[in-house]
Amino acid sequence: MLLINTKFNMPDNGDIEELVWERLSLIPDPEIPVISITELGVVRAVRYCREQLRIIITPTYTGCPAMQLFMAEIKAAMHDMGFDDVVVETVYSPAWTTDWIAPEALDRLRKYGIAPPVKPAAGDDPLKEPVVPCPHCGSKNTTLRSQFGSTGCKALYVCEL
Amino acid sequence: MDTQQALFRYNLRLGDTNLILGHRLSEMCSRGPMLEEDIALTNIALDHIGQAEALLDYAGTLEGLGRTGDDLAYLRPEWEYYNLLLAEQPNTDFAFVIVRQFMIDTYQCLLYDHLRSSKDETLAGMASRFLKETLYHQRHSRNWVFRLGLGTEESHSRLTAAVNELWKYAGELFESDEVESILAAAGIIPNPASLREPWLESVRKDLRQASVPEPPASHAATGGRNGRHGEQLGHLLAEMQYLQRAFPGAAW
Repeated sequence: MLLINTKFNMPDNGDIEELVWERLSLIPDPEIPVISITELGVVRAVRYCREQLRIIITPTYTGCPAMQLFMAEIKAAMHDMGFDDVVVETVYSPAWTTDWIAPEALDRLRKYGIAPPVKPAAGDDPLKEPVVPCPHCGSKNTTLRSQFGSTGCKALYVCEL
Repeated sequence: MDTQQALFRYNLRLGDTNLILGHRLSEMCSRGPMLEEDIALTNIALDHIGQAEALLDYAGTLEGLGRTGDDLAYLRPEWEYYNLLLAEQPNTDFAFVIVRQFMIDTYQCLLYDHLRSSKDETLAGMASRFLKETLYHQRHSRNWVFRLGLGTEESHSRLTAAVNELWKYAGELFESDEVESILAAAGIIPNPASLREPWLESVRKDLRQASVPEPPASHAATGGRNGRHGEQLGHLLAEMQYLQRAFPGAAW
């Protein structure tokens, strides 16, 4: 798929990195398969230098059990592309935020039944619970049932309508 | 002791507190008072274990002897564990689980907030990630303190008993020795004593709101940060380290 070993038509590093990004965008989030790991915002940088491919990722949560799987899937995909020397590095700073989720992925989350993260409007009391509209019917009459869902990144709400 | 050695020991202290607390919480798996709470406690356990993994991996790098985070977690005896005594206290009842968590959450929120501006970039980066998680944990444990304190007579008395019993472990949170002195002087960590007043103020305010009386003065238990633990830590490690002890080098 990638012509990195062709002597005469060697793509430059920028092209290679772009192809890597494209391939990474096909890896789904293991817990929420409707969005990819690039849309989730965990892949921060791709660097190809002296035949070594470095992929920098930032975990969503330090305790996220899916991170191990992310790393294994990234490595497998890169080996498939023909890279032998692949390093997946974890960087914690700046910390991942839901702002990094791609805008086009938010709608897919909603259709999947997960209300996308709600941004507090300017002037909102930060300690007040945000209103989370129901992803199915749009009702704003929802109640927090549990701060924690089937995974650490999901909270459980009930639609009262 | 140079700065790097001090930072190694400090990372073990923070990492061990998270690992032991995470393991204690994982013991609640399938024993939560209701399904949502079972899921909440185990999710919080995962966060603490994840934080421990990052801190212990970093400790291994600082030490430079090739020990990984896993080696540090699974192959040290209890006298080389430097967690706070509070973290290892058993899950006596649900109120104990919540009060232990509430005390540590409040402490970690203050600590991580300061560590975000640490002169050590790795520690600062981790702290900015951990703070977000810890604020979420604190929201959970504080809510439970209010619900138990303002709930039934039974829940109120159990909460009060847990506060009175665990209060003696609070002093250790703000202790320092050569390790902290070196790092505080280098701008890597805040002076632990400086967190005491903000912590007391925050905890007292919440306890008052939960109508829990001020805990009586008691002796302060100490020693965990230097490897002196209660009997219960040995039992915890015996279970946590069993696989690596029985089958050295076992891997997934």
